[in-house]
Amino acid sequence: MVTTREKSGVAGRPVGAVVKGRLQQLLAFASLIVIFAFFSVASPFFFTYGNFTAILFSTVVIGTLAIGTTFVIITGGIDLSIGTGMALCAVMSGVFIVNLDLPLAVGLVATVLFGGLMGLVNGINIALLKIPPFIATLAMMLVAEGLALVVSGSAPIYFSEEPAYTKISTGNLIPGVDFPNAVIVLIVVAVIAGVLLTKTVLGRYTYSIGSNEEATALSGIDVRKWKIAVYAFAGLFIGLAGIMISARLGSAQPATGMGYELQAIAAVVIGGTSLSGGKGSIVGTLIGALIISTLNNGLQIMSIPQEWQNVILGCVILVAVYTDILRKKEA
Amino acid sequence: MKMQKVGAVVAGAALALSLTACGAEGGGAGGGGGQPYIAIVSKGFQHQFWQAVKQGAEEEASKQGARVTFVGPPTEADVEEQINMLTNDIAKSPDALGFAALDSQAAEPLLQQAKSQDIPVIAFDSGVDSDVPLTTVSTDNKAAAAEAAKHMAELVGGSGKVAMVVHDQTSQSGTQRRDGFLEWMEQNAPDIEVLDPQYGGGDQLESANITKSIVSSNPDLKGIYASNEGSAIGVIKGVQESGKQGLQLVGFDSGKAQVDAIRNGTMAGAVTQDPVNMGRQLVIAAMKAINGEDLPETVDTGFKWYDQTNVDDPEIAAVLYD
Repeated sequence: MVTTREKSGVAGRPVGAVVKGRLQQLLAFASLIVIFAFFSVASPFFFTYGNFTAILFSTVVIGTLAIGTTFVIITGGIDLSIGTGMALCAVMSGVFIVNLDLPLAVGLVATVLFGGLMGLVNGINIALLKIPPFIATLAMMLVAEGLALVVSGSAPIYFSEEPAYTKISTGNLIPGVDFPNAVIVLIVVAVIAGVLLTKTVLGRYTYSIGSNEEATALSGIDVRKWKIAVYAFAGLFIGLAGIMISARLGSAQPATGMGYELQAIAAVVIGGTSLSGGKGSIVGTLIGALIISTLNNGLQIMSIPQEWQNVILGCVILVAVYTDILRKKEA
Repeated sequence: MKMQKVGAVVAGAALALSLTACGAEGGGAGGGGGQPYIAIVSKGFQHQFWQAVKQGAEEEASKQGARVTFVGPPTEADVEEQINMLTNDIAKSPDALGFAALDSQAAEPLLQQAKSQDIPVIAFDSGVDSDVPLTTVSTDNKAAAAEAAKHMAELVGGSGKVAMVVHDQTSQSGTQRRDGFLEWMEQNAPDIEVLDPQYGGGDQLESANITKSIVSSNPDLKGIYASNEGSAIGVIKGVQESGKQGLQLVGFDSGKAQVDAIRNGTMAGAVTQDPVNMGRQLVIAAMKAINGEDLPETVDTGFKWYDQTNVDDPEIAAVLYD
C-alpha cells in the first residue's frame, strides 16, 4: 500500500510529503514493536502488566514536554528552556498551592499559564527581537534554572499537606485498577494537541511557517504573531510537565530538569519530526517518547550495565535521524 | 531508494540489538540461577566515588557468591530518573535492594511496595527518611566535616578568613558537610571568620570560577574548604589560575587529581570517606537481611584525614580511590 501511495505521490508533492511523514511514523512504530518483542523474549520480568504501566508512567513527563516541543520544532524552531522551565513551573506550582495556599484548581491553572508566559517571552524574543531560537531559549533555560533556585530558596517544596495534588499523577481514576492518572493525563493532552495540530488554524500555520516562512508571510499571514502564539502554546506544556513531575515526586525539585530538553527533542526527532521544520506529528512524538522509555526500562530489566544503556540509546537516535536524512534526500 | 532506506533501518536495528546482546552477556541475564540477587540503586554512577562503591559491592558479592547490579542517575538532581530506576529494579524482584535516596519522600511509595513484596531494603550513603530500610550504611558526614574544620583551624593558626565551596545546598551530604564545618568553627575557633558558603554544584569548572571570585574579592583570605571531589578539584584549579600563593586548601573525598594535589602540596589535606568499604558493608548488610539476621540501626563506614605525611600509608592508600 505504501508503495502505490508513494508512486501517486510523485505527481503531487503534498501527497508525497504526507505519505513520507506516515512512513517515518510507521518505521518508528515498527521499531517500538521490535524493541518490545525483543525485551519480552529476553527477560521474564518485562512482559507484565506492572511493567507496562511502569513504562507508560515513566513516559509522562518527557512525553508532555515533547508534545509541546513538536509544535516548536515543526515551525523550524527549537526550545531548550523546557527542562529547567519545567523545574521552575514545578516550583511555581509549589508557591501557588503550598506557600500561597490557593485552591488546587486555581493553582494548577496558574502553573500552566505560567508555563505559557515563559513560552510567550521566548516567542517575543524570537519573533520580535529576532534572536535565534537556539540562543533565545538557551538564555531562558539559564534564567529558569536560576529562578527555580531563587524562588524556592534552593530547597524542595513538599506537597505533603496536599494529597489531592499527588493524586493527579499517582492516583487511580478507576478505583482498584492500577493505572496511574498521569498516563491518562498524557493521553488526553496528546489527543487535544493532535487535534489542534491537524484540524485548526494554529496547526496549519505551524506547518506553513516551518515549510516556508517567507511564502507564509507573503500570503498575508502575520508570521510574527503566529510564532509567538506557537511558543506560548508550547509553554503551556512546560507548565503541565512541571505539575506532572512534582505531583509524581510529591515535591517540587528546583535543581532538576537539565537534560530533559534533550530527551524531549530526541523523542520528537525519533518520532519523525524534521528538525528543519515543516513536518511532524503528535503520534510520532509519542512513539518516540515510548521508544526512549521502553529502552530505558528494558535495558535495566535485562541488567545491562548502565554504560551500555547509553550507547544503545545513542545508536537508536542516530538510526532515527539517519532515516530522516534519507527521507529528505528522496523528497 | 526504498531498499536502501529499509536496509539502513534493518542495519541500525541489528546494530542496536547486537549491542544489547553483547551487553547482556557482560551483565548476566535477569533473574538467573540460585545466586542471591542484590539490586543497588545509587545516587550517581559515573563519578569515581560511586564507581568505588560499585567496586566494593561487586568484590564483596563475588566473595559471598551473590550477584549485584548497580545503577544510578547521571546527576544528583535527577530525582525522577532515579525513581524510574528504582521502579525497574523492583520489577525484577531482587532478593535485597540497596538504595541511596536523592529524595526520600518521592521514593516512599516504592519502598512500601518493596516492603509488601518482602524485599529487604538497605539504605546507603545518606539516610532514607522512611521506616522501610532495615539499616543505613553511611559516612557520618557531620563528624567528617568537623574533622576538616579542625585541621583547617590548625593550618591557618586559629584566626583569619576562611571560605567554603560546597557542592549543593539541598542534599543531605551537602548540608551536613557545610553545617559540620560551620558548627565546629563556631564552637571551637571564635577568631576564624567563615565567609558565606558558595555552591558550585560539585562541578569542577563552576567551583573553579567561584573560587577565583572569592580569591579576588578577599585578598586577606587564608584558607578554602571544599565539600566534595568536584568542588575540591575546582578549588585547586581556581587557586592555580588566580596565581595566589600560600592559601591553605582542605578538601573532601579523594580521586586522582585531589590526591596528586595533596602529594605535591597544592592542597594541605582532605577528609576521605571509604566508598569501597561502603559498597562492601552494603552487600554484607544485604546478605544478612536475606538470611534473616539482625542488623544494627546504622553501619558507620568511617572517614579518614590524609595529607602529605600519610597519603602513602597502607591504611590510607586503601581508602583512596582514583
